[in-house]
Amino acid sequence: MSATTELRHLGKHGSTAKRQNKTAFLFLLPWFLGLFVITLGPMLASLILSFTDYNLLQPAEFSGLENFSRMLGDERLHRSLGVTFTYVLVSVPAQLSLALALAIVLDRGVRGLAFYRSMFYLPSLLGASVAIAVLWRMVFGADGLFNDGLGLLGIEGRGWISEPETALGTLITLNVWTFGSPMVIFLAGLRQIPAMYYEAASADGASRWRQFLSVTLPLLTPIIFFNLVLQIIHAFQSFTQAFIVSGGTGGPADSTLFYTLYLYQRGFGNFDMGYASALAWLLLLVIGAFTAINFWASKYWVFYND
Amino acid sequence: MTDTVAPTAPTAAPSRPDPADRRRARGSGPSIRSILKHAVLILCALVMLYPVLWMVVSSLRPNDVIFRDPSLLLNDLETGNYAEGWNAFADPFSVYLVNSSIVVLGAIIGNLISCSMAAYAFARLEFSGKRWWFAIMLLTIMLPIHVIIVPQYVLFSQLGWVNTFLPLIVPKLLATDAFFVFLMVQFIRGIPIELDEAARIDGAGHPRIFAQVILPLMVPALATTAIFTFIWTWNDFFSQLIYLTDPDLYTVPLALRAFVDAQAGTNWGAALAMSVVSLVPIFLVFLFGQRFLLRGIATTGGK
Repeated sequence: MSATTELRHLGKHGSTAKRQNKTAFLFLLPWFLGLFVITLGPMLASLILSFTDYNLLQPAEFSGLENFSRMLGDERLHRSLGVTFTYVLVSVPAQLSLALALAIVLDRGVRGLAFYRSMFYLPSLLGASVAIAVLWRMVFGADGLFNDGLGLLGIEGRGWISEPETALGTLITLNVWTFGSPMVIFLAGLRQIPAMYYEAASADGASRWRQFLSVTLPLLTPIIFFNLVLQIIHAFQSFTQAFIVSGGTGGPADSTLFYTLYLYQRGFGNFDMGYASALAWLLLLVIGAFTAINFWASKYWVFYND
Repeated sequence: MTDTVAPTAPTAAPSRPDPADRRRARGSGPSIRSILKHAVLILCALVMLYPVLWMVVSSLRPNDVIFRDPSLLLNDLETGNYAEGWNAFADPFSVYLVNSSIVVLGAIIGNLISCSMAAYAFARLEFSGKRWWFAIMLLTIMLPIHVIIVPQYVLFSQLGWVNTFLPLIVPKLLATDAFFVFLMVQFIRGIPIELDEAARIDGAGHPRIFAQVILPLMVPALATTAIFTFIWTWNDFFSQLIYLTDPDLYTVPLALRAFVDAQAGTNWGAALAMSVVSLVPIFLVFLFGQRFLLRGIATTGGK
């Protein structure tokens, strides 16, 4: 009986599968168009353009590997890579640590959880806006709010944004300020940890610190990994804040020259489109490499329960 | 062990503390600890939000006071900054608000239609190569826009679309925000398939099942999509900077940028006032759509 129903089901499935191909294609039509015309097509085109000299007005001229050999001697590019790596490697761990710490504090039955969560989450909605970048310029200016605060503590301030040593720090602060969205993800992850694990641990006499190290942290590693991958990819693409804070220059002294900002300057400031395409592909490779390393390293520290 | 605030707990207890002790420790400990905890949390929230509050207050201060007063106290209301900022350019600021709204509305409509259609196919239909297409879709979520922006710009400029809103809206009609496709696929997978089957027995085809069964049930996912699209598009700067160079077409972020770019003597009071105006829609969406925002990032980890 079961065999026949299964067979009948199979047959039905086989005939509908063909019909579904057409239906599925219709449902996916906008997506397919977007994929090929807006995404994959331009991606391929930019790969080709990266081997050319192209300024939008004259037709692209094949230049072989010239764009890539130019990269080797391009000091502003090296500078922008350094700035971007510093930004990613400092701001992402700082942001995630803060997010994790506050998520853990909030998860332990704090009254008014919803209120605190909202307050901490709000900056991550505002942080990407031009308005907040404008605010940052004022807060960290020589006569800005931050120096007023330091003045109360008796510390001499400085022009945080106008000095090359500290300008990048203000942008890192801004990224850390948006820790709310990874925090919400951590909170959701903490909810998934069954209470019986803690009950068992405390029955065995484990202290709360011990419980954190042996129960919470291992079970949370998949979420930490997820946040890490996501935030690194995201941080590599930061643009707006550096653009506004430096007035589009990446200054002072190229200290806030994010990679994407340099790419914008080459491509849309100088209309050096071939070189900009090559830069874009280097960015893709760098992000891809970081993500691959992340996945490889995850074998050693991410704990999957199943 | 961590209840160090309980003074009565015997420090040199030979064995485990007896249950009564533990209970007492718990009874007195957490109250002090929770006060401390709340104090720390409130302090954190205050430090974080202080600049934003200061921005709102300062936008209501005369220009010469702004940089001299770090407090949140407002002596007298100065609304001049708003009037000045509103009329600082050739066009009143309302033009930029309308421009931004057009782009945002187009993006929302585009995402809702195209992403839900694609999501239905991925979640409910069988077709050849489905696993591959799905994997490609997931990969495009991670793709930096910078890799495609140059040829995309060439394409749109040849179509004569530079300095129109089309380059900002048409891609959304083509489901290029794959993140939302993924979000909706996850949501549709949670809808019992029996509902589809019941409709099929009643003679409904896929278009009808999609429109009359699935769509009404996925309103929460649609709301999440609409809200995220709103916030991301309203805040978007990079693509608007590239495609809109005509001041009459400036969106809010571009207008704000023009404010602070006029290096010589930026009118900071007016810049602050318009910054506040630009954040009001985000704040309203946050107030009324928080439920959907939190659910959205908790399930799929969006920004």
